[in-house]
Amino acid sequence: MPKSFSPSVVTANDLLIGDVIYLTAQDGWSRDLADAELITDEAHAQIRLIDANAQPGTVVGAYLAEMSANQQPTHFREDFRRTGPSNYAHGKQVGALPGPLAQGEEVMR
Amino acid sequence: MYTYTDFDAAFVRERNAQFRAQVERRIDGSLTEDEFKPLRLMNGLYLQLHAYMLRVAIPYGTVSARQMRQLAHIAETWDKGYGHFTTRQNIQYNWPKLRDVPDILDALGEVGMHAIQTSGNTIRNVTADHFAGAAADEIADPRPVAELLRQWSTDHPEFQFLPRKFKIAITGSPNDRAVTKAHDIGLRMVERDGARGFEVVVGGGLGRTPMIGKVVRNFLPAADLLPYVEAVVSVWNLLGRRDNKYKSRIKITVHEHGIDDIRARVEERFAAIRPSFSGIDQKILTQIEAQFQAPDFTQASTVAYDAAYAENSSFRSWADTNLTAHRNSDYAIVSISLKAHGATPGDASADQMRVMADLAETYGHDELRISHEQNVILPHVHKSHLPDLYAALQESGLATANIGLISDIIACPGMDYCALATARSIPIAQEIATRFDELKIEHDIGHLKIKISGCINACGHHHVGHIGILGLDRAGVENYQVTLGGDHTETAAVGERAGRGFSAEEIVPAIERLVGAYLDMRTGHEETFLETYRRLGAAPFKAALYPAERKAA
Repeated sequence: MPKSFSPSVVTANDLLIGDVIYLTAQDGWSRDLADAELITDEAHAQIRLIDANAQPGTVVGAYLAEMSANQQPTHFREDFRRTGPSNYAHGKQVGALPGPLAQGEEVMR
Repeated sequence: MYTYTDFDAAFVRERNAQFRAQVERRIDGSLTEDEFKPLRLMNGLYLQLHAYMLRVAIPYGTVSARQMRQLAHIAETWDKGYGHFTTRQNIQYNWPKLRDVPDILDALGEVGMHAIQTSGNTIRNVTADHFAGAAADEIADPRPVAELLRQWSTDHPEFQFLPRKFKIAITGSPNDRAVTKAHDIGLRMVERDGARGFEVVVGGGLGRTPMIGKVVRNFLPAADLLPYVEAVVSVWNLLGRRDNKYKSRIKITVHEHGIDDIRARVEERFAAIRPSFSGIDQKILTQIEAQFQAPDFTQASTVAYDAAYAENSSFRSWADTNLTAHRNSDYAIVSISLKAHGATPGDASADQMRVMADLAETYGHDELRISHEQNVILPHVHKSHLPDLYAALQESGLATANIGLISDIIACPGMDYCALATARSIPIAQEIATRFDELKIEHDIGHLKIKISGCINACGHHHVGHIGILGLDRAGVENYQVTLGGDHTETAAVGERAGRGFSAEEIVPAIERLVGAYLDMRTGHEETFLETYRRLGAAPFKAALYPAERKAA
């Protein structure tokens, strides 16, 4: 029996800054997983993935990431992607973007 | 140290200008990602988990103070104030933005550095013994040859689309600190009848199919080096498998064809191309060698060192672990640990980079090295300066006395940064180092290499760690497999898998049991972990790792 479709979101990296982004129901992109469109229908998911890949000027490497019914990552890789690295608060933990340190970001030592 | 010629500088400037235009064309939509990706990879730019990552080559691990300061400037201006030194003597920036990368490359070019061929199916940064030119046990400095190889391999038209990446390591010492036997080509300087040459090893490598390299030529006269290396790469370029990337590296080619067949093909190719090397390479090598002259060593008393060593126990502890014998007995090779307990292995802040640059200028004849073990080396420090140097390192959190000890861990970036990783490496390294620091037994344990990789590709060299740790994804949970008895030196060996893996919570206690068993079983303080393992075999260590299984059996 084929595996049943799990709820998913469309995720990618931003072309210019490389940050992890998620496709929203309003056809925008958000850095916050909570804003993502949670897709429960497989056919719709394929259409949304095509929509995402049609934006090569915005995103790189769009794919479907599995979520729980309440929009939480089911795999630790997606959990790290939505959070940032565990050794420094240099990512989304502090709302930081790639690039130079912003105010409030953890300085190494 | 080698300084760029006008040709080198113009070449790098032109490549950077090309890349700047490629970035613009990617952003304005003239290039697709599929078209752009190979172009950015040729220039060292990856897209990782949270951001782009730029890998900058540090050829044969050698940098000047000026270059180190520029690396600090780049970290602060375009990244988050730090850089990560890697197991291939490179530095990686984890947070650059695409538009900034051409500026970063220009900043590197200003100090004679680049990121060319730090990725892609090309000949990568040539790595070397990090004590080259300084070590007491060395035949000769291998770096002029490494520089010759860098110039030859950079943009070499025949070798831009190889079956896979190709890595060369070189050492001038019989004590192999450059992991030559785990490289596609390992070059080990040897002497025969007073003449200098190389033992050429091919087909070593780690990754999913670890192999110890095999000797393809016992003694290669020094003047034949370039045509011979070209013959090896050329044979593999035609023979190497392009149908399956897991079978494309030269280690598989050597394994499938056998070393005798490969040797015959290489010798045939070598005979064909040798006459076309008219000696220009040797002339260039002579010019390069002139730039690698030893510094003017200071002649001064070492009394200050002897006094500090006798009186200051923390200095003595640092000196005992972090200094290596220099070929000038008034000098020492200083290893600066980037492995403070609990810190990320191989990371240095911009401030620390500047401190190390200043110290290299003040005390170290303006030379620094990056080791494949992710530490920084000051290769030439007069012993009289060591107490002052140590005090300065202490102020910057750089005086950790743990070189070669259990907390001097190699760890790849793992799933905290890397898109290929299957589990995290850094937190495991941090926890092991912190734990053994709490136990205060690492100096008693002595020489012990732990190496951690976050996936099968083995950037963390886990196969050749005395204790290797490989992070995997087992049914959606991070799982850590242990290998035992690996060795990265001239007695290279691939470690043996101990058994089932451990969860992230179980792995540090498991390592503690393993080390406890070693302490119980060693014949004395002078017998290292690896020696005990070789004497007793894996069984008692496995019993320590899996006590429950032992009881159940």
